[in-house]
Amino acid sequence: MHLPYPIATAVFLALIAFVIILGFTAGRWKSADLHSIEEWGLGGRRFGTWISWFLIGGDAYTAYTFIAIPALIYGAGAVGFFAVPYTVVCYPILYLVFPKLWKVAQKHGYITGPEFVRGRYGNRWLGLAIGVTGIFATMPYIALQLIGMHTVIGALGIPGHIPLAIAFLVLAAFTYTSGLRAPAMISVVKDLLIYLTVIVAIIVIPAELGGFGAIFAKIPPAKLLLPTPPAHSTGAYTGYATLAFGSAMALFLYPHTTTGILSSSGPRVIRRNAALLPAYTIMLGLLALLGFMAVASGVSTMPQFADGFKRFGTSFSVPALILNAFPGWFVGVAFGAIAIGALVPAAIMAIASANIFTRDIYSQFVTNASAGSETKIAKFFSIFMIIGALVFILVIPNTYAVQLQLVGGMWIIQTFPAIAFSFFTRFFNGWALLICLAVGIFTATYLVTLNHFLGSLYFFHILGWTIPSYIAFATVILNAVVAAILSPIFNAILSDRAQDETTALDYV
Amino acid sequence: MKTDASTPGAPRRRASPLRILFLVIFVATLAVPFFNRVTPTLFGFPFFYWYQIACVPVASILIFLVFRAEDNGAE
Repeated sequence: MHLPYPIATAVFLALIAFVIILGFTAGRWKSADLHSIEEWGLGGRRFGTWISWFLIGGDAYTAYTFIAIPALIYGAGAVGFFAVPYTVVCYPILYLVFPKLWKVAQKHGYITGPEFVRGRYGNRWLGLAIGVTGIFATMPYIALQLIGMHTVIGALGIPGHIPLAIAFLVLAAFTYTSGLRAPAMISVVKDLLIYLTVIVAIIVIPAELGGFGAIFAKIPPAKLLLPTPPAHSTGAYTGYATLAFGSAMALFLYPHTTTGILSSSGPRVIRRNAALLPAYTIMLGLLALLGFMAVASGVSTMPQFADGFKRFGTSFSVPALILNAFPGWFVGVAFGAIAIGALVPAAIMAIASANIFTRDIYSQFVTNASAGSETKIAKFFSIFMIIGALVFILVIPNTYAVQLQLVGGMWIIQTFPAIAFSFFTRFFNGWALLICLAVGIFTATYLVTLNHFLGSLYFFHILGWTIPSYIAFATVILNAVVAAILSPIFNAILSDRAQDETTALDYV
Repeated sequence: MKTDASTPGAPRRRASPLRILFLVIFVATLAVPFFNRVTPTLFGFPFFYWYQIACVPVASILIFLVFRAEDNGAE
């Protein structure tokens, strides 16, 4: 087998091997009884500020982000920078809303978001709907992590699907044995490597290209800024702002981010992290600019990268830039960082989905599992999720995974009224929320089919104005408004207020 | 006991008036027409890019101020 980048490949494989060993030994860290699902699936709710910082950071800023955001900047320009305001405005939301989830969850032993809603409304069907929405939104997300990994493995010239399959089988194995402790421990290594890569890239590459001024000068004006809206349209302005705000509303509703939050040792750790996590956003903003550096360096026209761009499209822009700018050993470090950046969130996503399957589906609708069998079921479901994502990516074209993840974001945001509002008020009715979840999911999916699954913005025409909006944002407002109208009507007919197993004190 | 979280008399975490700073974060980061421009540039970065990156540490500090005002050392 001919490997075009032997040194890079050796460093890359050594890093992967190191984190795999770490993943298997993680089970013994802060050791406890891993037969309890609170230990396996939530790390025993005891991660302090720093581990939570690494874990939630590793969870929210995934390998897919590291590939996709610069690729979006590379291909589409300024609009790709929405990732920065997105990952700023999400933190006031984290601070205001999610410490309450931790409190009520700890009090009642909930390990998932849907469980809280079930308890709050005494409605297992609402819990089921939110849980299933979460699992469906997560599956393509895990698959996308594989794409991130696939791209760097492909960029190293390692042929075939076997390496990817091996990587994910190993992932399934250490997730099974160590639970959430594995990604928590690996996330520390991952983030140190990512920060190192970004800092070096942001110093070395602009120096090679003649400084940031020279890089931005090579960007076509149409890509450098958002287009000025035409008359009677809010144009790219509302498109950009709703994309950022809607994504921020959705971020902590995902099962994997909820798991990250609940695994912390308390509300204070979560609040403190709302102030500390933005450090990752600075890194993401700088990383996003690698897309422009890829344009300025002209990698897309270099013959040695032609095949890569043909196979991976714009996703190949960052790997090509790294291969072009750095010596072999550092390419290995950077690619290792991206690949490990795929393993961490993929593991948390699998664990989070498994927690949901066990608590919100199996225990509620099949049979009430005992504490020991609960963990067994969760472990097996985590393997199912990882292998499912692997099959997904090997069988279905990558573009479908991207489209499904796009739709998944529009689905998960529909759980915002049921989850986030319910910390503050019991005004809503469980059945009304269930209907509105369906309304939101149906409308969002319908609007995105009108775009042929290509764009996440829809152009609304209101009073002679054209107002582009992120579909998720527009539809969750519809969802909330309908829920606010239906809830008093439903409660007047048959109130479900008496079925609330939580009390006001659980939230303060 | 089944009660509503909005029940009057239930003890609440004291919300600091500094929470208004969150509104500042939302406005500053989502005021797209304001920052969608090239000049003034900084270290070669067009305004659009350096402004949004600069918002990040500012947001971090503002969130920390709210944290400090509301933190009671417990939990």
